[in-house]
Amino acid sequence: MTLLSKTSRPVSRRNFIIGSSAAGLSLGVLAGCTASETGSTVEAPDYSSLPANPEVNAWVHIHHDDTVNVRIVRSEMGQGTSTGLAQLVAEELECDWDKIQVEFPTPGQSLARNRVWGSFGTGGSQGVRGSQKYVREGAAAARIMLIEAAANDWGVPASECIAANGIITHKASKNKTSFGAVAAAAAKLSPPEKVVLKDPKNWTIIGAPKKRLDTADKLTGALKYGSDLYFEGMKLAAIKDCPILGGSLKSFDASVPMSMAGVREVLQIGNAVVVVADSWWQAHSALEATPIEWDGGELASYSSKDIDALLEDGLGASETFTGNKGGDVAAALKTAAKTVKATYGVPAQNHATMEPMNATALWTKDKCEVWCPTQNGEAALSAAAKAAGLPPEQCEVYKVLLGGGFGRRGMSDYVTQAVEIAKAMPGIHIKLQWSREEDMRHGFYHPVTQAKLTGGLDADGNLVGVDLKISGQSILAALAPQALANGVDYATFQGLLPSGVNPRLEDQILKYSFPNFHIHHAMRNPPVRPGFWRGVNLNQNAIYLESFMDEMAHAANRDPLEFRLAHLKDAPKMAAVLSAVAKKGGWGAKDGKSRGLACIYGFGSYVAACSQVSISKDGKLKIEKITAATDCGHAANPQQIEAQVQGSFVYGLSAMLYGEITYKDGQVEQTNFDTYNSMRIADMPEVDVIIMPSGGFWGGVGEPTIAVGAPSVLNAIYAATGKRIRQLPLKNQNLST
Amino acid sequence: MAILNVNGKKTEFSGDEDTPLLWALREQLGLTGTKYGCGIAQCGACTIHIDGEAVRSCVYPVGALEGSEKITTIEGLSETGEHPVQQAWAELDVPQCGFCQPGMIMAVSALLAENPNASDADIDETITNICRCGTFVRIREGIHLAKKKL
Repeated sequence: MTLLSKTSRPVSRRNFIIGSSAAGLSLGVLAGCTASETGSTVEAPDYSSLPANPEVNAWVHIHHDDTVNVRIVRSEMGQGTSTGLAQLVAEELECDWDKIQVEFPTPGQSLARNRVWGSFGTGGSQGVRGSQKYVREGAAAARIMLIEAAANDWGVPASECIAANGIITHKASKNKTSFGAVAAAAAKLSPPEKVVLKDPKNWTIIGAPKKRLDTADKLTGALKYGSDLYFEGMKLAAIKDCPILGGSLKSFDASVPMSMAGVREVLQIGNAVVVVADSWWQAHSALEATPIEWDGGELASYSSKDIDALLEDGLGASETFTGNKGGDVAAALKTAAKTVKATYGVPAQNHATMEPMNATALWTKDKCEVWCPTQNGEAALSAAAKAAGLPPEQCEVYKVLLGGGFGRRGMSDYVTQAVEIAKAMPGIHIKLQWSREEDMRHGFYHPVTQAKLTGGLDADGNLVGVDLKISGQSILAALAPQALANGVDYATFQGLLPSGVNPRLEDQILKYSFPNFHIHHAMRNPPVRPGFWRGVNLNQNAIYLESFMDEMAHAANRDPLEFRLAHLKDAPKMAAVLSAVAKKGGWGAKDGKSRGLACIYGFGSYVAACSQVSISKDGKLKIEKITAATDCGHAANPQQIEAQVQGSFVYGLSAMLYGEITYKDGQVEQTNFDTYNSMRIADMPEVDVIIMPSGGFWGGVGEPTIAVGAPSVLNAIYAATGKRIRQLPLKNQNLST
Repeated sequence: MAILNVNGKKTEFSGDEDTPLLWALREQLGLTGTKYGCGIAQCGACTIHIDGEAVRSCVYPVGALEGSEKITTIEGLSETGEHPVQQAWAELDVPQCGFCQPGMIMAVSALLAENPNASDADIDETITNICRCGTFVRIREGIHLAKKKL
């Protein structure tokens, strides 16, 4: 590994290292070397005459100064996965936490080593839970090898030695040595055949509220994101892709931008016009000035009304895909004393990461290198190789920390574009930077759906049956049709599925017990590009089901908490988080406050929320407080889980309050944050997070709680006003009373 | 030719006077801590100080600057990165992805310089920067903690 050949680096507060090639970027550019380097007052030993230590194994590389480089291939986009995974490694390795650094191996290195680090894909709240086993086993194996190396040196049995805090001790003789001193010898040993992981009750680092390893440079401007990269001789590219659905580039007048200051090239890439200049502002200004004609094609007059009509057709369809079913709902509804009916709708959303899409590429006839923020380094490498016209072995992707991901950067469209531009300008580093407007118009949008719900109650207010029909877009049908099962997109039913449908969806199971029910999907795919948006389909499914549970409870004259708990008798963990938020959130208190509840199981975690709102006479909503709970099984880092839960509400409630992507004349109408608003601090409620890990499993953290934010607030709005909001976003609704 | 008086150093800006200060800072001076997020003064990722006042640099043309006006970017907020707001942010682990935080820290430091006792209502009114990761709870805590460190 190129990076790892660097020796005797000073121990610094910089805990993140980003892979780079000797020919490409120097480490100094990416990591910076100024503000956060604080000189140590204790003189460090000089290891410069020693050869660098080899890695102990793929996961762990320990330097002479006992610095431990932990290799992590999941992307860091702010969710804290790299700190969490480093905690898992440190726990089993028994190293000194203060000497941990995180290093991101490249997809090329992974390819050359037969994917030794597993998947780079960072989504589905899988960062910690999807990697915890092999990461811990890798660290435990390294510890065993380090102990064995020390024991061999002392001529004693390894079983008489222990490791703690990066020091190995022979219990009888009190001999001591450090990990750094035996790392080279350990690397020569065979890995252990069997590894026993620590009992969770003995954990000291997993479960501790460790500070993030990557904060310091985020406070001084020193951290370089993809959009901040600079290379000698680099040129900057601005792009405008055809904004019309299914449209194409008809013509453009390159003479206008070519006459402008700093412009080097004007290119056509697919249906996009690209201007390359000495600075991005020059490229952007010249592109804005370029006369462009688009050919609209068949969808030139497509609008959101067409999407609505398509989805309404689905709501009335008799042919549907079944996601989950029990009993005979039709018969049950016929006998019901009272029937409740409702139709809900949730619009499309854009990810709107704070950092718009960007990638930097350098292409020559026998090599292509890309520097980019990505949630899937391997997919980025594959896209780069394809666009470069080179085998993957001759390409490399260097991951940069992401200025937000939320699912958007699991796609590699911007990588493809950057490489295509670089290929047109061989030997020159090209940094492609999207404008916010480009980012808004060319998203992979949260799928648009509606839902029709019918519920039946008997004379005593007991639920006898519920029918939930979802109409709308399938993500898989557009992005991964091979993943459909006989045409069914089971991911559409996140949070609503039975067990046993698909091993990859066992973490998205309906926890309510209903006597008779049918949950089905009329797939209706509008010609817009869907994508995986933080929380994915759990978000709207929770809005549909949890709003409707509230509706049915009120129709039955029952307390919404009691009504839910009555259907959670077989789901004690679900009942526990719901009861916890109700208790701590003041549910049932006679204090004049308006509260709403929601709970769901998704991404392997049990989550619930109790929201408290007030609404002025003229309809101004104040979300005062959300009490949220999660049972994520094991909690790797509680303070980061708290941050994720708090942040998840901003993402979900921004969508609930403001977010909608709409179409007119075949184009996305929203262009920037003035038309696609996002929550500000004034909108932010107090958030009280209850972390209640019950152990025995690893649940996701980044996504699940998003889903309970909006329905709990909508139910609180009903409590405050008697108004049932069924169409989002709220900005289009009048809450005045 | 516009004079940029940034973090105590004066330089001439060689480009067009209509260029937003954001891009002059990022592309000529290499001060990339100031971020591009929207280009229309909506998100605040580009917030810097001009004579101590928070300004969204993405819509501020360099031609409008007087050479005497002192520009401070996140890189110049403090020599050691230990401005009270930065200290509070570190203590509370405020950032997630961190992309909005330089602008957030600049907006907050300007607020506290003018109003060291900023109330929650003052915060709501003044700090209108967008954070998509959703760090607002800790930002508010951080502002109150920073007040104690001033």
